[in-house]
Amino acid sequence: MASAAEVAESREREDVRRRWLLSAPALLIIFLAGTGPLLIVLVYSFLTPGDYGDVKWQFSTDAWVGVLFERDIFDDTLSLASAHMAIFWRSALLSLATTILTLIFGFPTAYFIATRPESRREVWLFLITIPFWTNLLIRTFAMKEVLRNEGLVNSLLQFLRITDQPIQFMFTDFAVLMGMTYVYLPLMVLPLYASMEKIDFRLVEAGYDLYATRFQVLRRILLPLVKPGVIAGSILVFIPSLGAYVTPRVMGGGTNLMIGNLIELQFGQGRNWPLGASLSITLMAIVMVALLVYVRYAGREGGQHG
Amino acid sequence: MAERYFDVRRQTGFTTVAMICFFLLYLPIATLVVYAFNDNDSVAIWKGFSLRWFYSAWHNGQVIDASIRSFQIATVAAILATIAATMAALATTRTKPYRGLTVKYAFINQPLMVPEIVTAVALLVFFSRVKVWTGYSGLGYLIAAHTAFCIPFAYLPIRARLEGMDLSLETAAADLYANRWNAFRYVTLPLLWPGILAGLMLAFVISLDDVVITEFVKSGGQDTLPTYMLGQLRRIVTPEINAISTVFLLLSIAIVTIFFFVSRKRA
Repeated sequence: MASAAEVAESREREDVRRRWLLSAPALLIIFLAGTGPLLIVLVYSFLTPGDYGDVKWQFSTDAWVGVLFERDIFDDTLSLASAHMAIFWRSALLSLATTILTLIFGFPTAYFIATRPESRREVWLFLITIPFWTNLLIRTFAMKEVLRNEGLVNSLLQFLRITDQPIQFMFTDFAVLMGMTYVYLPLMVLPLYASMEKIDFRLVEAGYDLYATRFQVLRRILLPLVKPGVIAGSILVFIPSLGAYVTPRVMGGGTNLMIGNLIELQFGQGRNWPLGASLSITLMAIVMVALLVYVRYAGREGGQHG
Repeated sequence: MAERYFDVRRQTGFTTVAMICFFLLYLPIATLVVYAFNDNDSVAIWKGFSLRWFYSAWHNGQVIDASIRSFQIATVAAILATIAATMAALATTRTKPYRGLTVKYAFINQPLMVPEIVTAVALLVFFSRVKVWTGYSGLGYLIAAHTAFCIPFAYLPIRARLEGMDLSLETAAADLYANRWNAFRYVTLPLLWPGILAGLMLAFVISLDDVVITEFVKSGGQDTLPTYMLGQLRRIVTPEINAISTVFLLLSIAIVTIFFFVSRKRA
């Protein structure tokens, strides 16, 4: 006869097997249309470009060298690929600027929502979520409507006689920055709000009792309390900004490329799939590092934020 | 008291910035909608009120085609993703940690962690091979891709709902000799339903909105509404795009509003 322990153990084993079967469809779909193809991209980054796109099955590390360097066609020496560097630099700067701008606008907004009476917070929050769930392309296009030469901003500037010629905003880095800030703002407000909602305002009161000024309260009490939210929001904005494709394409025209557009170029006109693959893996690696830093940080904070 | 009430919550200028923020959030959308009613051939200059661009969009075969395709893909992908996500949520919640659980979490959330453009080129590379091997180039690829990135979105609300559920009801069902299926069918499923519905709606909206992955995976003549619009933006834009966007916006807002009230009722 089986002992009680054996019965329990076989039950548990059966339970684990059932759980694997249940999760199989989701895991399979994500493997087939996600993880698997990513592994193929990793393999492709070590191959030779074909003549008309695609790859030749010939091992080469040229694509990885090509991420940072370009080979001189005459004397075969390597030099830093200035075009790629410019694009990496622009992506990093624009993503950073987007994060800072969304923080500047998002922080007071989240604070405003968090300090409303409880019954009204939901409505304000809902107003932030609506743009978040509407199509990203449409929102980018809406920003284009505002910034174009005959758009709202230029009409206003001309009406106020600040300029007599429309200012060319579109197809500049400024337009890309405005577009990304607009599109990713909700991603900053939501985590900020989640951590502000839990603020114990007795601490603020105590600060004022000790003769702190409003600014000191903000800097010494509020900011440290919502730090996890600031970090979460910054990561949530920075990561998609770095990989942005639609916004730089629509707002930047064909010239103000970011990493995402550079990758696309290799699979289109560039016809250098291995280089596109190595650039993709590079972008993914940067994002993964950012996520890991965030996870470690969030873990240390003891999951204080929602 | 003579002294004015001192509000500890107030921070100078925050309300002003918040109001500017809400204003700026809705200004571009409002502009877009207003120009949809522009009676002019180009978006550039306002000429007068007209519904002609809505009429013209309605009679544009490409737009109707793309809309129908968008809905087909979103419906099938959302249903498949929700079924897969529900099963996965049942397998990953309310359990002692077991070997492979972390792997499952990582897998299910993988589409959220990888930049969309990277997934897009990966699928382009993989599916272009498969298209050559099998000769099949239908909507299946788009549906598979959409299902994959919708799963994490469907999974989140379902898992949240499951974790908040009272285990004792299922135990009670088991005590009354309900087998596993009956306990699920008559106890778990009815309780889980709002979560499943929320997951389904999220997945539907996410699929409907996708541009990047669709743009890279689609074969010729498989434009969805967003990729059709992206293509149009390269040309001289007529208010027709505004009209299409307006209808699309209304639809998204309607879905989100329903979602808001469904999830609110629960609380």
